[in-house]
Amino acid sequence: MHAELDTPAGRHEAGDIAPGEPIIRVRDIVVGFGDRVILNGLSLDVMKGEILGFVGASGGGKSVLTRTILGLVHKRSGTVEVFGQNIDTLSYEERRQLERRWGVLFQQGALFSSLTVRQNIQFPMREYLDLSPKLMDELTIAKLEMVGLSPDVAEKAPSELSGGMIKRVALARALALDPEILFLDEPTSGLDPIGAGEFDDLIATLQQTLGLTVFMVTHDLDSLHTVCDRIAALGEGKVIAVGPIETMLASKHPWVSAYFHGKRARAAGIVSEGAR
Amino acid sequence: MGAVEAPLLATARNGRELVFVGNGRWLAVQGRGLEGSVDAALAEIAAAPTESARIDLSGVRGFDTLGAVVLDRLIQALEKAGVRFQIVGLERRFRPLLDEIVKGSHENPPRARHVNAVLGGIQLVGRTTVATAQDAMALLSFIGAVVAAMLRVIVRPQTFRFTSMTYHLERTGLRAVPIIALITFLIGCIIAQQGIFHFRKFGATTYVVDMVGILTLRELGVLIVSIMVAGRSGSAFTAELGSMRMREEVDALRVMGFDPNEVLVLPRLVALIIAVPLLTFIGNMCALFGGGLVAWIYGGISPEIFISRLKEAIALNTFEVGMIKAPFMAAIVGLIACMEGMRVGGSAESLGAHTTAAVVKAIFLVIVVDGLFAMFFAAIDM
Repeated sequence: MHAELDTPAGRHEAGDIAPGEPIIRVRDIVVGFGDRVILNGLSLDVMKGEILGFVGASGGGKSVLTRTILGLVHKRSGTVEVFGQNIDTLSYEERRQLERRWGVLFQQGALFSSLTVRQNIQFPMREYLDLSPKLMDELTIAKLEMVGLSPDVAEKAPSELSGGMIKRVALARALALDPEILFLDEPTSGLDPIGAGEFDDLIATLQQTLGLTVFMVTHDLDSLHTVCDRIAALGEGKVIAVGPIETMLASKHPWVSAYFHGKRARAAGIVSEGAR
Repeated sequence: MGAVEAPLLATARNGRELVFVGNGRWLAVQGRGLEGSVDAALAEIAAAPTESARIDLSGVRGFDTLGAVVLDRLIQALEKAGVRFQIVGLERRFRPLLDEIVKGSHENPPRARHVNAVLGGIQLVGRTTVATAQDAMALLSFIGAVVAAMLRVIVRPQTFRFTSMTYHLERTGLRAVPIIALITFLIGCIIAQQGIFHFRKFGATTYVVDMVGILTLRELGVLIVSIMVAGRSGSAFTAELGSMRMREEVDALRVMGFDPNEVLVLPRLVALIIAVPLLTFIGNMCALFGGGLVAWIYGGISPEIFISRLKEAIALNTFEVGMIKAPFMAAIVGLIACMEGMRVGGSAESLGAHTTAAVVKAIFLVIVVDGLFAMFFAAIDM
């Protein structure tokens, strides 16, 4: 069998990773602002093709880790490897090539407010791809429908959209270039439970159809339970537990235990009533 | 693998059947090529209608959304032409993506329509006229709201936000002193230099003192300061209030029972009305100093002569005319800046547009009002 067939979308580019191998490899990261150390020697692997849920207390540095991997926050020490490439040693061109292979959904959507939905989604396409306007429109509509929006949203301005629609459009933009890794920063926060459930299904479907690797920062126990293959918990600036939901439930760490055995966890059906 | 790369989509005829053979990587990076070959295939279908077709995709190595969209185009065309067709050889893992795209609606909502230039021009005139009238109304109603807030504060002085006012006084007044002093000093220097240069021809060099004195005290001091304040503090007010509006902070104030005009606008306005006359005074002195310095160095007019000449040239009313205008200019700049800030909408673009509008309108009105004042003072012989 040809080696390149093993990758989800059959891409053959630098740093191809076999499924089940780490696609993101974070080692001994230290990040701090001023005197405050947020991440203190954190290490984490994200395997190719999985959905990894990342949990932690508010203000604990979940978003900081995401931003560090994306290169938006300066780190004091440690290494981040994405697709087997150390992001600190890449040239400008290599970095551009890498950045078009990941998509990011920011917490507030971060849609460009002066552009329409269509222009927002086409923005990365124009930059990186050579496509005819007609094809770009078709692709835009396809992306919009993939994230569950109707095509007539295309001409709207971001300020005319509801919170849930903004998330969906932002997801469509993150998917514009068919990325291999998708970063989601609290994708279901601010959505009603039904909307959040739909969003979870959407992410699971997209992950299967597009063969994505998903790194998801979340507080939503339902999401963790239903869509995540593995969960990593952050505490004291380190990963204190990592594994499928069973590992989390069995963890002896007080914070992890409290998180996954709390009232909300019971409501989400992660642990049955009375099982403690 | 052969050295020659197979085309992305080749079309062949097998008896009465059309055969499409896909190869290679059907990925977004191949966009143009892929679209070209599919459109060629579509032309083939249109040129010679057939009854059945087969799409053989066993050679396709990579497949992303773009590949699916392009393939979908082919599928749509075949369905429309009423051709029976089957897709063979597409790897199973690519199938869900294709299904997802095929089941889409294939609508393409029209873009916002562009009107033609002439019609657009007429429309623009109409819109601008309406917008200007609305602007005037908005300013009027905003002045009303601010005056109402002011009256409430006068009735209950303890509700005035004194801390906020002093903070803005420091930012708009104290921190502006160095730049205002520098600029008015330079303006004074330039006026004196030009005056001496041209008056010399008539042997009337000493009249430069009259010119510097009257020009700066009556007009230029207050104008320069107002324009500087509009650019420096007015724009800051608009941007601050605008971003507060964008992040619903203004709404938060309102639902907590505070009047944003009272909490946000009034302290800024009062701070400006105090700061601008003070800055105007400082500016006037610096301009006179600059003028005197140049008159001494360049024109050979000693400081003693300059001062005694100045005493003769200007009366107290020259100084008063300038100073009286200062609080009005401050009110214009402050009101317009705050009003524009409160009108910012949801987008970053709107913030920029309103900040620009605030500065431009404030400077324009400052100059217009200065002209009105000039007419007024001439009429009352001051």
